[in-house]
Amino acid sequence: MTLVKHELRQGKISFFIWTASIGALLAICIFLFPEMKGQMDGVSEMFSSMGSFSQAFGMDRLNFGTLTGFYAVECGNVLGLGGAFYAALCAVSILSKEEKDKTAEFLLTHPVSRTRIITEKLISVMIRVTAMNIIIYDVSVVSIAAIGEPIPWKEIDLLHLAYYLLQLELAGICFGISAFLRRGSMGVGLGVAAMLYFLNLIANMTEKAEFLKYITPFGYCEGAGIVTDGRLNVGMAAVGVALGLAGILAAYLSYTRKDIH
Amino acid sequence: MELIQTMELTKYYGKTRGIEGLELRVEQGEFFGFIGPNGAGKSTTIRLLLGLIRPTSGSVRVFGKELQKEKNDILRETGYLPSEAWLYQGMRVRDLLKLSAGLRKKDCAREAKRLCERLQLDPSRKVEDLSFGNRKKAAIVCALQHQPKLLVLDEPTSGLDPLMQREFFRILRERNREGAAILLSSHVLSEIEHNCTRAAILRDGRMIACSSVEVFSKTSAKRVTVHGSVDLNGLEGVRDRKNEEASVSFLYSGDMDSLLCTLSRGQVKDLTITEPDLEEVFLHYYEKEEEGA
Repeated sequence: MTLVKHELRQGKISFFIWTASIGALLAICIFLFPEMKGQMDGVSEMFSSMGSFSQAFGMDRLNFGTLTGFYAVECGNVLGLGGAFYAALCAVSILSKEEKDKTAEFLLTHPVSRTRIITEKLISVMIRVTAMNIIIYDVSVVSIAAIGEPIPWKEIDLLHLAYYLLQLELAGICFGISAFLRRGSMGVGLGVAAMLYFLNLIANMTEKAEFLKYITPFGYCEGAGIVTDGRLNVGMAAVGVALGLAGILAAYLSYTRKDIH
Repeated sequence: MELIQTMELTKYYGKTRGIEGLELRVEQGEFFGFIGPNGAGKSTTIRLLLGLIRPTSGSVRVFGKELQKEKNDILRETGYLPSEAWLYQGMRVRDLLKLSAGLRKKDCAREAKRLCERLQLDPSRKVEDLSFGNRKKAAIVCALQHQPKLLVLDEPTSGLDPLMQREFFRILRERNREGAAILLSSHVLSEIEHNCTRAAILRDGRMIACSSVEVFSKTSAKRVTVHGSVDLNGLEGVRDRKNEEASVSFLYSGDMDSLLCTLSRGQVKDLTITEPDLEEVFLHYYEKEEEGA
């Protein structure tokens, strides 16, 4: 596990910055809720009459006046986008950075098989994403308790589980991409995460594009669906898991045969 | 026993030739030189030997083991020093050395300390603060600290000051005496000449000569320097002619009698005939190849 430790050490600053930023933004959103609650009756009505814009963010089906409704939209966007960007950035650079920074010669001339390198790097990405989610989950629960609201455990658990799955799926896809890249990985990672986010917005706006929900992991993270149904969409989540695993498999197949320059 | 053995080793990058049909043999305990200009295929060969790239065809055996199948066993006993030492930023040298030892599952602390002292490398410094030469020293310690049986060195002295170069070669000779084989790829022919027992010359991805350094130095060509005036027209076997104000110097590979006759017709104040240095031999081989092409 030498390489896992090394990767965790190398990525610790970015981990702390992303976790602190997402955690702080989530806490701020939650602390704003008591002040906004009283003004929300009219706002919810307004959102539900804003057509495609509200549909895009699922705001037509949620009540902003309740903590779960507010949390699913506001906090969901912070955790959804922030977490997706972090997971994508971590994974997309983890293999390619060795060639980009020209450290691949150093690493790959040690007696460590490429399969082990891929596995340990994958584990380090999973640990970072998991640790970030545990910390952010704790921050959320403590913040909700601090504002004196009852904690909607089921909804919070399901929302956080969905976003955790989304991040793992994105990490898997970007990990696969990373094995093919030699440079410029950051833009690719951010681009993939942003594209999948916007695909979900498009899918929400028109029924013709609803199939896109099966492609983007943001489909099964839709707060409105999770809060209303009280469960994750298993079909969409299964497609997501399969896409993530396909990315990981592609990384193994490509990187074990790749010429290192 | 052959430590490195390549059989018909060929590497193409798409349509571009890397090396072609390379048959390289390095014996146990040998200090082997690898000579060739940029693009000759030296680095490609080294990358193939270390498994960084896969051959288009042919095979590599190191320590008698098939590289593709037993790469980890081979790398465990191999130390590699790249021409440009790129190391992980944000780490201290001591952590980098620990990482390298950890990846080898070996405690190399004592040897690392000894090497750092000999190379005057401060292990508490951060990698990004190191000069090019100090980065190279850190890479040298990484390559040597696990006391490998085979050392692969690609242009090892670039960036090192002359004193450090001397110390570095002293360490290499010690390791060689202790039984380690060394494959030294270099542009600096004097490094090969002074340290290696055998050498191979590469050109356009092919090995054009492989012999003991002594044999290379004793090719039939001689460096002749004549002070005075002499007419060399008509004398066959004269190459690399350098005319000075009162002297002429040339490589001569023709008939000795003809040379002496020619010289006797001129006015010779002083004459030296020496073995050519390795650089001249290198050029001799290249020119010979060009003539043949």
